[in-house]
Amino acid sequence: MRAAFAKTLLGLAEKNPDIFLLTGDLGFSVFEEFKARFPLRYLNCGVAEQNMLGMAAGMALEGKTVFVYSIIPFLLYRGLEQIRNDMCYQRLPVKLAGVGSGLAYGTAGGSHHAVEDIGVMTSLPDMAVFAPGDPLEAARLTEFSLSLETPCYIRLNKAGDAVVHTTETIAALEPGKPAKVFGGASRNVIFAVGNMVPEAVETAKLLKSRGREFSVYSVHTLKPLDEESIAGILRSSAVVATIEEHAARNGLFSAIAGVAAKNCIRAAIYASALPDSYSHEVGSRQYLRRLYRLDRDSLAEKLYAVKEGG
Amino acid sequence: MPFAEAGLEKLARETRKTLLLLHSRAGTSHIGSAFSSVEILVSLHNGILAKEDVFILSKGHAASALYAVWDSCKIGGAPLDGYCRDGGVLHGHPDRLRCPGVAASTGSLGHGIPIGAGIAFARKRDAKKGRIFVLASDGELQEGSVWEAAASAGRLGLDNLAVIVDANGLQAFEHTENIMPFSTLEPKFLAFGCAVETVDGHDFGQLAKALGAVPFAPGKPSVILAKTVKGKGIKEFEGKLEWHYKSPAAADLERYLLELEET
Repeated sequence: MRAAFAKTLLGLAEKNPDIFLLTGDLGFSVFEEFKARFPLRYLNCGVAEQNMLGMAAGMALEGKTVFVYSIIPFLLYRGLEQIRNDMCYQRLPVKLAGVGSGLAYGTAGGSHHAVEDIGVMTSLPDMAVFAPGDPLEAARLTEFSLSLETPCYIRLNKAGDAVVHTTETIAALEPGKPAKVFGGASRNVIFAVGNMVPEAVETAKLLKSRGREFSVYSVHTLKPLDEESIAGILRSSAVVATIEEHAARNGLFSAIAGVAAKNCIRAAIYASALPDSYSHEVGSRQYLRRLYRLDRDSLAEKLYAVKEGG
Repeated sequence: MPFAEAGLEKLARETRKTLLLLHSRAGTSHIGSAFSSVEILVSLHNGILAKEDVFILSKGHAASALYAVWDSCKIGGAPLDGYCRDGGVLHGHPDRLRCPGVAASTGSLGHGIPIGAGIAFARKRDAKKGRIFVLASDGELQEGSVWEAAASAGRLGLDNLAVIVDANGLQAFEHTENIMPFSTLEPKFLAFGCAVETVDGHDFGQLAKALGAVPFAPGKPSVILAKTVKGKGIKEFEGKLEWHYKSPAAADLERYLLELEET
Protein backbone atom coordinates (compact mmCIF):
# COMPACT_ATOMS: atom_id res chain seq x y z
CA MET A 1 0.00 0.00 0.00
CA ARG A 2 2.89 2.29 0.80
CA ALA A 3 4.35 1.52 -2.61
CA ALA A 4 1.00 2.28 -4.26
CA PHE A 5 0.94 5.62 -2.49
CA ALA A 6 4.52 6.43 -3.56
CA LYS A 7 3.82 5.47 -7.17
CA THR A 8 0.62 7.50 -7.29
CA LEU A 9 2.35 10.50 -5.78
CA LEU A 10 5.06 10.25 -8.41
CA GLY A 11 2.47 10.27 -11.17
CA LEU A 12 0.65 13.24 -9.63
CA ALA A 13 3.89 15.18 -9.18
CA GLU A 14 4.70 14.56 -12.82
CA LYS A 15 1.57 16.49 -13.81
CA ASN A 16 1.43 19.04 -11.02
CA PRO A 17 4.56 21.15 -10.44
CA ASP A 18 3.20 22.45 -7.12
CA ILE A 19 3.31 19.06 -5.41
CA PHE A 20 5.96 18.78 -2.68
CA LEU A 21 6.89 15.89 -0.45
CA LEU A 22 8.18 16.47 3.07
CA THR A 23 9.42 13.59 5.16
CA GLY A 24 10.50 13.29 8.74
CA ASP A 25 13.58 11.31 7.75
CA LEU A 26 11.56 8.26 6.70
CA GLY A 27 10.88 6.64 3.36
CA PHE A 28 13.84 4.34 2.78
CA SER A 29 13.10 2.22 -0.34
CA VAL A 30 9.89 4.23 -0.83
CA PHE A 31 10.80 7.72 -2.00
CA GLU A 32 14.17 7.28 -3.72
CA GLU A 33 12.55 7.76 -7.11
CA PHE A 34 10.62 10.85 -6.06
CA LYS A 35 13.80 12.32 -4.62
CA ALA A 36 15.74 11.56 -7.80
CA ARG A 37 13.09 12.87 -10.17
CA PHE A 38 12.00 15.92 -8.19
CA PRO A 39 14.93 16.91 -5.99
CA LEU A 40 13.65 20.46 -5.60
CA ARG A 41 10.22 19.30 -4.51
CA TYR A 42 11.46 16.81 -1.97
CA LEU A 43 12.64 17.81 1.49
CA ASN A 44 13.85 15.64 4.30
CA CYS A 45 12.95 17.89 7.23
CA GLY A 46 14.95 15.73 9.57
CA VAL A 47 13.73 14.30 12.82
CA ALA A 48 11.77 17.42 13.68
CA GLU A 49 8.08 16.89 13.11
CA GLN A 50 6.74 20.11 14.60
CA ASN A 51 8.78 22.23 12.22
CA MET A 52 7.94 19.92 9.32
CA LEU A 53 4.21 20.37 9.89
CA GLY A 54 4.51 24.12 10.38
CA MET A 55 6.57 24.42 7.22
CA ALA A 56 3.98 22.38 5.33
CA ALA A 57 1.32 24.88 6.41
CA GLY A 58 3.52 27.79 5.33
CA MET A 59 4.10 26.19 1.96
CA ALA A 60 0.36 25.62 1.58
CA LEU A 61 -0.12 29.35 2.24
CA GLU A 62 2.10 29.87 -0.81
CA GLY A 63 -0.19 27.65 -2.87
CA LYS A 64 1.84 24.46 -2.68
CA THR A 65 0.26 21.01 -2.48
CA VAL A 66 2.22 19.44 0.31
CA PHE A 67 2.31 15.77 1.27
CA VAL A 68 3.90 15.09 4.64
CA TYR A 69 5.07 11.57 5.37
CA SER A 70 6.16 9.74 8.48
CA ILE A 71 5.28 6.80 10.71
CA ILE A 72 1.80 7.51 12.05
CA PRO A 73 2.45 8.28 15.75
CA PHE A 74 5.40 10.55 14.89
CA LEU A 75 3.49 12.28 12.13
CA LEU A 76 0.34 12.93 14.12
CA TYR A 77 1.16 13.21 17.77
CA ARG A 78 4.45 15.06 18.11
CA GLY A 79 3.03 18.00 16.25
CA LEU A 80 -0.67 17.57 16.89
CA GLU A 81 -1.03 21.25 17.73
CA GLN A 82 0.60 22.19 14.41
CA ILE A 83 -1.96 19.97 12.69
CA ARG A 84 -4.78 21.55 14.67
CA ASN A 85 -3.78 25.24 14.57
CA ASP A 86 -1.68 25.51 11.42
CA MET A 87 -3.70 23.21 9.15
CA CYS A 88 -7.23 22.68 10.46
CA TYR A 89 -7.86 26.10 12.01
CA GLN A 90 -6.38 27.81 8.96
CA ARG A 91 -8.05 25.36 6.56
CA LEU A 92 -4.90 24.60 4.62
CA PRO A 93 -5.12 21.53 2.39
CA VAL A 94 -1.97 19.75 3.55
CA LYS A 95 -2.01 15.98 3.06
CA LEU A 96 -0.73 13.91 5.97
CA ALA A 97 0.32 10.46 4.82
CA GLY A 98 1.01 8.19 7.76
CA VAL A 99 2.52 4.76 7.39
CA GLY A 100 2.09 1.78 9.68
CA SER A 101 -1.60 1.60 10.54
CA GLY A 102 -2.66 -0.44 13.55
CA LEU A 103 -0.12 -3.07 14.48
CA ALA A 104 1.85 -2.93 11.24
CA TYR A 105 5.07 -2.25 13.17
CA GLY A 106 4.33 -5.30 15.33
CA THR A 107 7.60 -6.14 17.03
CA ALA A 108 8.73 -2.50 17.12
CA GLY A 109 6.35 -2.12 20.03
CA GLY A 110 3.65 0.25 21.20
CA SER A 111 5.56 3.46 20.45
CA HIS A 112 5.16 2.62 16.76
CA HIS A 113 1.62 1.23 16.78
CA ALA A 114 -1.27 3.36 15.53
CA VAL A 115 -4.29 2.25 17.49
CA GLU A 116 -6.10 5.50 18.24
CA ASP A 117 -5.25 7.64 15.19
CA ILE A 118 -8.68 7.44 13.58
CA GLY A 119 -10.24 8.71 16.79
CA VAL A 120 -7.73 11.52 17.15
CA MET A 121 -7.90 12.67 13.56
CA THR A 122 -11.67 12.40 13.08
CA SER A 123 -12.02 14.55 16.20
CA LEU A 124 -10.28 17.46 14.50
CA PRO A 125 -12.71 19.88 12.86
CA ASP A 126 -12.03 20.49 9.14
CA MET A 127 -9.90 17.33 8.85
CA ALA A 128 -10.81 14.57 6.35
CA VAL A 129 -9.73 11.03 7.20
CA PHE A 130 -9.06 8.21 4.76
CA ALA A 131 -8.07 4.65 5.60
CA PRO A 132 -7.63 2.75 2.36
CA GLY A 133 -8.29 -0.98 2.51
CA ASP A 134 -5.99 -2.03 -0.30
CA PRO A 135 -3.36 -0.57 -2.65
CA LEU A 136 -5.98 0.38 -5.23
CA GLU A 137 -7.97 2.37 -2.68
CA ALA A 138 -4.74 4.01 -1.51
CA ALA A 139 -4.00 5.15 -5.06
CA ARG A 140 -7.55 6.32 -5.70
CA LEU A 141 -7.86 8.26 -2.44
CA THR A 142 -4.43 9.84 -2.84
CA GLU A 143 -5.55 11.16 -6.22
CA PHE A 144 -8.82 12.33 -4.71
CA SER A 145 -7.03 14.19 -1.91
CA LEU A 146 -5.83 16.77 -4.44
CA SER A 147 -9.37 18.06 -4.82
CA LEU A 148 -9.77 18.88 -1.13
CA GLU A 149 -9.69 22.43 0.16
CA THR A 150 -9.07 21.34 3.75
CA PRO A 151 -6.39 19.09 5.28
CA CYS A 152 -6.60 15.33 5.21
CA TYR A 153 -5.01 12.32 6.81
CA ILE A 154 -4.31 9.21 4.77
CA ARG A 155 -3.84 6.17 6.99
CA LEU A 156 -1.54 3.85 5.09
CA ASN A 157 -0.59 0.32 5.87
CA LYS A 158 2.94 -0.84 5.16
CA ALA A 159 3.66 -3.50 2.56
CA GLY A 160 2.27 -6.78 1.34
CA ASP A 161 -1.40 -5.83 1.26
CA ALA A 162 -3.77 -8.04 -0.71
CA VAL A 163 -5.84 -6.39 -3.40
CA VAL A 164 -9.55 -6.65 -2.63
CA HIS A 165 -10.89 -4.54 -5.46
CA THR A 166 -11.43 -5.45 -9.09
CA THR A 167 -10.93 -3.04 -11.95
CA GLU A 168 -14.70 -2.49 -11.94
CA THR A 169 -15.19 -1.95 -8.22
CA ILE A 170 -12.27 0.46 -7.96
CA ALA A 171 -13.55 2.41 -10.94
CA ALA A 172 -16.92 2.68 -9.20
CA LEU A 173 -15.38 3.76 -5.87
CA GLU A 174 -16.74 7.00 -4.56
CA PRO A 175 -14.63 8.79 -1.97
CA GLY A 176 -16.74 9.05 1.14
CA LYS A 177 -18.95 6.07 0.37
CA PRO A 178 -18.23 2.59 1.80
CA ALA A 179 -17.21 0.22 -0.97
CA LYS A 180 -18.58 -3.29 -1.16
CA VAL A 181 -15.59 -5.54 -1.68
CA PHE A 182 -17.13 -8.96 -1.06
CA GLY A 183 -20.46 -10.79 -1.08
CA GLY A 184 -23.79 -10.60 -2.80
CA ALA A 185 -27.09 -9.50 -1.36
CA SER A 186 -26.43 -10.94 2.08
CA ARG A 187 -28.36 -9.64 5.07
CA ASN A 188 -25.23 -9.98 7.15
CA VAL A 189 -22.65 -7.27 6.85
CA ILE A 190 -19.11 -6.63 7.95
CA PHE A 191 -17.78 -3.10 7.96
CA ALA A 192 -14.01 -3.13 7.95
CA VAL A 193 -11.46 -0.36 7.88
CA GLY A 194 -8.01 0.00 6.37
CA ASN A 195 -5.59 -2.84 6.91
CA MET A 196 -8.39 -5.12 8.21
CA VAL A 197 -10.32 -5.09 4.94
CA PRO A 198 -8.41 -8.00 3.35
CA GLU A 199 -8.67 -9.95 6.63
CA ALA A 200 -12.42 -9.25 6.71
CA VAL A 201 -12.75 -10.61 3.18
CA GLU A 202 -10.92 -13.77 4.23
CA THR A 203 -13.18 -14.00 7.25
CA ALA A 204 -16.25 -13.75 5.02
CA LYS A 205 -14.84 -16.48 2.79
CA LEU A 206 -14.38 -18.76 5.79
CA LEU A 207 -17.90 -18.03 6.96
CA LYS A 208 -19.24 -18.71 3.49
CA SER A 209 -17.53 -22.09 3.45
CA ARG A 210 -19.45 -22.85 6.63
CA GLY A 211 -22.75 -21.72 5.16
CA ARG A 212 -22.94 -18.17 6.51
CA GLU A 213 -23.04 -15.33 4.00
CA PHE A 214 -21.57 -11.95 4.90
CA SER A 215 -20.90 -9.04 2.63
CA VAL A 216 -17.86 -6.87 3.37
CA TYR A 217 -17.65 -3.11 3.04
CA SER A 218 -14.45 -1.13 3.13
CA VAL A 219 -15.08 2.07 5.07
CA HIS A 220 -12.17 3.84 3.42
CA THR A 221 -13.42 7.30 4.31
CA LEU A 222 -14.04 7.90 8.00
CA LYS A 223 -14.61 11.59 7.59
CA PRO A 224 -16.72 12.90 6.07
CA LEU A 225 -18.72 9.77 6.78
CA ASP A 226 -21.45 8.97 4.28
CA GLU A 227 -24.11 8.45 6.91
CA GLU A 228 -26.89 8.00 4.40
CA SER A 229 -25.37 5.02 2.65
CA ILE A 230 -24.27 3.46 5.93
CA ALA A 231 -27.80 3.88 7.32
CA GLY A 232 -29.15 2.23 4.18
CA ILE A 233 -26.88 -0.77 4.66
CA LEU A 234 -27.74 -0.97 8.37
CA ARG A 235 -31.48 -0.89 7.68
CA SER A 236 -31.29 -3.89 5.39
CA SER A 237 -28.95 -5.91 7.60
CA ALA A 238 -29.68 -8.65 10.09
CA VAL A 239 -26.19 -9.01 11.56
CA VAL A 240 -23.78 -6.08 11.68
CA ALA A 241 -20.12 -6.47 12.49
CA THR A 242 -17.21 -4.02 12.59
CA ILE A 243 -13.59 -5.04 12.24
CA GLU A 244 -10.70 -2.69 12.88
CA GLU A 245 -7.08 -2.77 13.97
CA HIS A 246 -7.77 0.23 16.17
CA ALA A 247 -9.46 0.87 19.48
CA ALA A 248 -13.25 0.46 19.29
CA ARG A 249 -13.74 3.78 21.04
CA ASN A 250 -13.76 6.56 18.44
CA GLY A 251 -12.86 4.17 15.69
CA LEU A 252 -14.99 2.38 13.14
CA PHE A 253 -17.31 0.85 15.73
CA SER A 254 -18.11 4.25 17.24
CA ALA A 255 -18.69 5.68 13.77
CA ILE A 256 -21.12 2.96 12.72
CA ALA A 257 -22.86 2.92 16.11
CA GLY A 258 -23.30 6.67 15.85
CA VAL A 259 -25.03 6.36 12.49
CA ALA A 260 -27.33 3.64 13.87
CA ALA A 261 -28.25 5.71 16.91
CA LYS A 262 -28.81 8.89 14.91
CA ASN A 263 -31.10 7.10 12.48
CA CYS A 264 -33.01 5.07 15.11
CA ILE A 265 -31.79 1.81 13.62
CA ARG A 266 -31.96 -1.01 16.15
CA ALA A 267 -28.91 -3.16 15.62
CA ALA A 268 -26.52 -5.07 17.80
CA ILE A 269 -23.12 -4.25 16.36
CA TYR A 270 -20.52 -6.93 16.91
CA ALA A 271 -17.29 -5.04 17.35
CA SER A 272 -13.91 -6.58 16.82
CA ALA A 273 -11.23 -4.14 17.79
CA LEU A 274 -8.13 -3.70 19.89
CA PRO A 275 -8.46 -3.44 23.66
CA ASP A 276 -8.48 -0.07 25.43
CA SER A 277 -4.94 -0.62 26.60
CA TYR A 278 -1.57 -0.39 24.87
CA SER A 279 -0.03 -3.69 23.92
CA HIS A 280 3.10 -4.82 25.71
CA GLU A 281 3.21 -8.18 23.99
CA VAL A 282 6.19 -8.84 21.76
CA GLY A 283 5.17 -10.19 18.42
CA SER A 284 4.55 -9.82 14.74
CA ARG A 285 1.33 -8.34 13.49
CA GLN A 286 -0.01 -11.83 12.79
CA TYR A 287 0.87 -12.94 16.29
CA LEU A 288 -0.76 -9.87 17.82
CA ARG A 289 -3.84 -10.24 15.66
CA ARG A 290 -4.31 -13.80 16.91
CA LEU A 291 -3.76 -12.60 20.45
CA TYR A 292 -6.42 -9.92 20.12
CA ARG A 293 -8.70 -12.24 18.10
CA LEU A 294 -8.44 -10.09 15.00
CA ASP A 295 -7.24 -12.92 12.76
CA ARG A 296 -9.58 -14.48 10.23
CA ASP A 297 -10.10 -17.70 12.19
CA SER A 298 -11.01 -15.97 15.43
CA LEU A 299 -13.21 -13.47 13.58
CA ALA A 300 -15.03 -16.20 11.65
CA GLU A 301 -15.54 -18.19 14.82
CA LYS A 302 -17.00 -15.17 16.59
CA LEU A 303 -19.33 -14.20 13.77
CA TYR A 304 -20.38 -17.80 13.06
CA ALA A 305 -21.79 -17.95 16.57
CA VAL A 306 -23.92 -14.85 16.03
CA LYS A 307 -27.49 -15.73 15.17
CA GLU A 308 -29.42 -13.64 12.68
CA GLY A 309 -31.62 -11.14 14.40
CA GLY A 310 -29.79 -11.97 17.61
CA MET B 1 15.61 63.54 16.31
CA PRO B 2 15.32 63.28 12.53
CA PHE B 3 12.01 64.40 11.06
CA ALA B 4 11.01 60.88 9.93
CA GLU B 5 11.58 59.50 13.40
CA ALA B 6 9.44 62.22 14.93
CA GLY B 7 6.62 61.08 12.65
CA LEU B 8 7.05 57.52 13.82
CA GLU B 9 7.08 58.60 17.47
CA LYS B 10 3.71 60.21 16.84
CA LEU B 11 2.37 57.03 15.26
CA ALA B 12 3.63 55.00 18.22
CA ARG B 13 1.89 57.39 20.61
CA GLU B 14 -1.35 57.16 18.62
CA THR B 15 -1.06 53.39 18.62
CA ARG B 16 -0.64 53.23 22.39
CA LYS B 17 -3.63 55.53 22.88
CA THR B 18 -5.72 53.29 20.68
CA LEU B 19 -4.52 50.25 22.61
CA LEU B 20 -5.52 51.81 25.91
CA LEU B 21 -9.00 52.35 24.60
CA LEU B 22 -9.26 48.93 22.96
CA HIS B 23 -8.11 46.98 26.00
CA SER B 24 -10.09 49.07 28.42
CA ARG B 25 -13.28 48.69 26.44
CA ALA B 26 -12.88 44.96 25.75
CA GLY B 27 -11.37 44.11 29.13
CA THR B 28 -8.75 41.98 27.42
CA SER B 29 -5.28 40.90 28.57
CA HIS B 30 -1.81 41.36 27.08
CA ILE B 31 -1.61 45.15 26.86
CA GLY B 32 1.94 44.90 28.25
CA SER B 33 2.94 42.58 25.41
CA ALA B 34 1.25 44.88 22.90
CA PHE B 35 3.05 47.99 24.24
CA SER B 36 6.49 46.36 23.99
CA SER B 37 5.90 45.62 20.29
CA VAL B 38 4.65 49.04 19.20
CA GLU B 39 7.89 50.53 17.81
CA ILE B 40 8.77 47.27 16.05
CA LEU B 41 5.35 47.11 14.38
CA VAL B 42 5.32 50.81 13.48
CA SER B 43 8.79 50.44 11.93
CA LEU B 44 7.79 47.40 9.91
CA HIS B 45 4.76 49.18 8.52
CA ASN B 46 6.66 52.33 7.61
CA GLY B 47 9.11 51.71 4.83
CA ILE B 48 10.12 48.15 5.65
CA LEU B 49 7.33 45.81 4.57
CA ALA B 50 7.08 45.86 0.79
CA LYS B 51 4.10 44.57 -1.15
CA GLU B 52 5.70 41.19 -1.76
CA ASP B 53 6.82 40.78 1.87
CA VAL B 54 4.95 38.74 4.46
CA PHE B 55 4.51 39.53 8.13
CA ILE B 56 3.58 36.90 10.71
CA LEU B 57 2.78 37.84 14.26
CA SER B 58 3.99 34.72 16.01
CA LYS B 59 3.41 36.34 19.40
CA GLY B 60 -0.28 36.29 18.57
CA HIS B 61 -1.25 37.63 21.98
CA ALA B 62 -0.08 41.06 20.80
CA ALA B 63 -2.70 41.08 18.04
CA SER B 64 -4.24 44.29 19.36
CA ALA B 65 -0.94 46.07 18.65
CA LEU B 66 -1.02 44.92 15.04
CA TYR B 67 -4.62 46.08 14.61
CA ALA B 68 -3.85 49.41 16.29
CA VAL B 69 -0.76 49.97 14.15
CA TRP B 70 -2.76 49.26 11.02
CA ASP B 71 -5.23 51.87 12.21
CA SER B 72 -2.59 54.50 13.08
CA CYS B 73 -0.75 53.91 9.82
CA LYS B 74 -3.97 53.98 7.76
CA ILE B 75 -3.39 50.49 6.46
CA GLY B 76 -6.49 48.43 5.58
CA GLY B 77 -7.58 45.74 7.99
CA ALA B 78 -10.80 45.59 9.87
CA PRO B 79 -12.66 48.21 11.90
CA LEU B 80 -11.32 48.40 15.43
CA ASP B 81 -14.76 48.46 16.99
CA GLY B 82 -14.97 44.77 16.18
CA TYR B 83 -12.07 43.98 18.53
CA CYS B 84 -13.04 41.18 20.90
CA ARG B 85 -16.70 42.06 20.54
CA ASP B 86 -19.57 39.67 19.84
CA GLY B 87 -19.85 39.34 16.10
CA GLY B 88 -16.65 41.36 15.51
CA VAL B 89 -13.83 40.59 13.14
CA LEU B 90 -10.81 41.01 15.39
CA HIS B 91 -9.94 38.15 17.72
CA GLY B 92 -7.63 38.44 20.71
CA HIS B 93 -5.23 36.36 18.59
CA PRO B 94 -5.09 36.91 14.82
CA ASP B 95 -7.27 34.72 12.60
CA ARG B 96 -6.42 34.90 8.92
CA LEU B 97 -9.81 33.49 7.89
CA ARG B 98 -11.69 36.19 9.80
CA CYS B 99 -9.51 39.25 9.53
CA PRO B 100 -8.21 40.47 6.18
CA GLY B 101 -4.51 41.25 6.25
CA VAL B 102 -3.53 38.53 8.70
CA ALA B 103 -1.01 36.28 6.93
CA ALA B 104 -1.14 33.38 9.36
CA SER B 105 -3.37 32.57 12.31
CA THR B 106 -1.42 32.36 15.53
CA GLY B 107 -2.06 32.28 19.24
CA SER B 108 -0.16 29.30 20.52
CA LEU B 109 3.55 30.11 20.74
CA GLY B 110 6.17 28.48 18.56
CA HIS B 111 4.08 28.27 15.38
CA GLY B 112 5.00 31.39 13.43
CA ILE B 113 8.64 30.65 12.70
CA PRO B 114 8.05 27.17 11.19
CA ILE B 115 5.21 28.62 9.09
CA GLY B 116 7.46 31.50 8.04
CA ALA B 117 10.20 29.01 7.16
CA GLY B 118 7.70 27.12 4.98
CA ILE B 119 6.75 30.29 3.13
CA ALA B 120 10.40 31.25 2.75
CA PHE B 121 11.29 27.78 1.46
CA ALA B 122 8.45 27.76 -1.09
CA ARG B 123 9.51 31.22 -2.28
CA LYS B 124 13.11 30.10 -2.68
CA ARG B 125 11.98 27.16 -4.77
CA ASP B 126 9.95 29.48 -6.98
CA ALA B 127 12.68 32.13 -7.07
CA LYS B 128 9.97 34.48 -5.85
CA LYS B 129 10.73 37.82 -4.26
CA GLY B 130 9.80 38.96 -0.80
CA ARG B 131 11.06 38.71 2.74
CA ILE B 132 9.18 36.93 5.49
CA PHE B 133 9.26 38.79 8.81
CA VAL B 134 8.16 36.93 11.92
CA LEU B 135 7.71 38.68 15.25
CA ALA B 136 8.22 36.32 18.18
CA SER B 137 8.32 36.90 21.91
CA ASP B 138 11.30 36.06 24.10
CA GLY B 139 9.24 33.64 26.19
CA GLU B 140 8.23 31.96 22.95
CA LEU B 141 11.85 30.98 22.35
CA GLN B 142 11.40 28.31 25.03
CA GLU B 143 9.30 26.32 22.56
CA GLY B 144 11.28 23.50 20.95
CA SER B 145 9.62 24.12 17.59
CA VAL B 146 11.44 27.49 17.41
CA TRP B 147 14.79 25.72 17.46
CA GLU B 148 13.68 23.05 15.04
CA ALA B 149 12.74 25.87 12.70
CA ALA B 150 15.95 27.83 13.34
CA ALA B 151 18.10 24.78 12.57
CA SER B 152 16.05 24.05 9.49
CA ALA B 153 16.05 27.64 8.19
CA GLY B 154 19.79 27.79 8.83
CA ARG B 155 20.65 24.66 6.91
CA LEU B 156 18.27 25.56 4.08
CA GLY B 157 19.89 28.98 3.79
CA LEU B 158 16.60 30.84 4.10
CA ASP B 159 17.97 34.37 3.97
CA ASN B 160 14.50 35.57 2.98
CA LEU B 161 13.36 34.83 6.54
CA ALA B 162 13.80 37.33 9.35
CA VAL B 163 12.84 36.69 12.95
CA ILE B 164 12.38 39.64 15.27
CA VAL B 165 12.37 38.81 18.95
CA ASP B 166 10.47 41.23 21.15
CA ALA B 167 12.63 40.64 24.21
CA ASN B 168 10.59 42.37 26.89
CA GLY B 169 11.98 40.15 29.61
CA LEU B 170 8.68 39.12 31.13
CA GLN B 171 6.65 36.05 30.30
CA ALA B 172 3.31 34.93 31.67
CA PHE B 173 4.49 33.98 35.14
CA GLU B 174 8.22 34.64 35.37
CA HIS B 175 11.09 36.84 34.38
CA THR B 176 12.40 35.41 31.13
CA GLU B 177 15.92 35.82 32.49
CA ASN B 178 15.22 33.06 35.04
CA ILE B 179 14.21 30.56 32.37
CA MET B 180 16.19 31.36 29.22
CA PRO B 181 18.61 34.25 29.81
CA PHE B 182 18.87 36.90 27.11
CA SER B 183 22.64 36.44 26.92
CA THR B 184 22.14 32.87 25.65
CA LEU B 185 20.03 33.87 22.66
CA GLU B 186 22.62 35.32 20.31
CA PRO B 187 25.08 32.40 20.64
CA LYS B 188 22.23 29.94 20.13
CA PHE B 189 20.93 31.58 16.96
CA LEU B 190 24.49 31.94 15.66
CA ALA B 191 25.15 28.27 16.29
CA PHE B 192 21.98 27.39 14.38
CA GLY B 193 23.27 29.19 11.31
CA CYS B 194 21.50 32.54 11.64
CA ALA B 195 22.92 36.06 11.47
CA VAL B 196 22.06 38.11 14.54
CA GLU B 197 21.74 41.83 15.38
CA THR B 198 20.77 43.24 18.76
CA VAL B 199 18.89 46.55 18.92
CA ASP B 200 16.93 48.74 21.30
CA GLY B 201 13.40 47.71 20.29
CA HIS B 202 12.01 51.16 21.12
CA ASP B 203 14.59 53.10 19.10
CA PHE B 204 13.29 53.86 15.63
CA GLY B 205 16.74 54.63 14.29
CA GLN B 206 18.20 51.31 15.37
CA LEU B 207 15.11 49.39 14.23
CA ALA B 208 15.10 51.00 10.78
CA LYS B 209 18.78 50.26 10.35
CA ALA B 210 18.48 46.60 11.32
CA LEU B 211 15.18 45.87 9.58
CA GLY B 212 16.38 47.63 6.45
CA ALA B 213 19.54 45.50 6.40
CA VAL B 214 17.66 42.16 6.13
CA PRO B 215 19.10 39.81 4.96
CA PHE B 216 22.15 40.46 7.13
CA ALA B 217 24.21 37.80 5.37
CA PRO B 218 23.63 35.87 2.17
CA GLY B 219 22.41 32.34 2.84
CA LYS B 220 21.52 33.00 6.46
CA PRO B 221 18.22 33.76 8.17
CA SER B 222 18.32 37.09 9.99
CA VAL B 223 17.50 37.41 13.67
CA ILE B 224 16.90 40.75 15.33
CA LEU B 225 17.00 40.63 19.10
CA ALA B 226 15.00 43.69 20.05
CA LYS B 227 15.43 44.61 23.70
CA THR B 228 12.18 46.11 24.91
CA VAL B 229 10.28 46.97 28.04
CA LYS B 230 7.02 45.23 28.75
CA GLY B 231 4.26 47.81 29.05
CA LYS B 232 6.55 50.50 27.57
CA GLY B 233 5.01 53.97 27.62
CA ILE B 234 3.04 53.96 30.86
CA LYS B 235 5.25 53.96 33.95
CA GLU B 236 2.69 52.00 35.95
CA PHE B 237 2.77 49.16 33.37
CA GLU B 238 6.50 49.01 32.69
CA GLY B 239 8.20 45.81 33.71
CA LYS B 240 5.18 44.68 35.70
CA LEU B 241 4.02 41.09 35.36
CA GLU B 242 0.40 41.91 36.17
CA TRP B 243 0.07 43.96 32.97
CA HIS B 244 0.31 40.71 31.05
CA TYR B 245 -3.23 40.19 32.34
CA LYS B 246 -4.82 43.45 33.45
CA SER B 247 -6.73 45.85 31.27
CA PRO B 248 -6.84 49.58 32.01
CA ALA B 249 -9.80 50.70 34.10
CA ALA B 250 -12.02 53.28 32.44
CA ALA B 251 -11.48 55.62 35.39
CA ASP B 252 -7.71 55.63 34.80
CA LEU B 253 -7.81 56.19 31.06
CA GLU B 254 -7.59 59.95 31.16
CA ARG B 255 -4.49 59.80 33.36
CA TYR B 256 -2.81 57.27 31.09
CA LEU B 257 -3.63 59.20 27.93
CA LEU B 258 -2.19 62.33 29.50
CA GLU B 259 1.00 60.48 30.41
CA LEU B 260 1.41 59.42 26.78
CA GLU B 261 0.91 63.01 25.62
CA GLU B 262 3.60 64.25 27.97
CA THR B 263 6.30 61.81 26.87
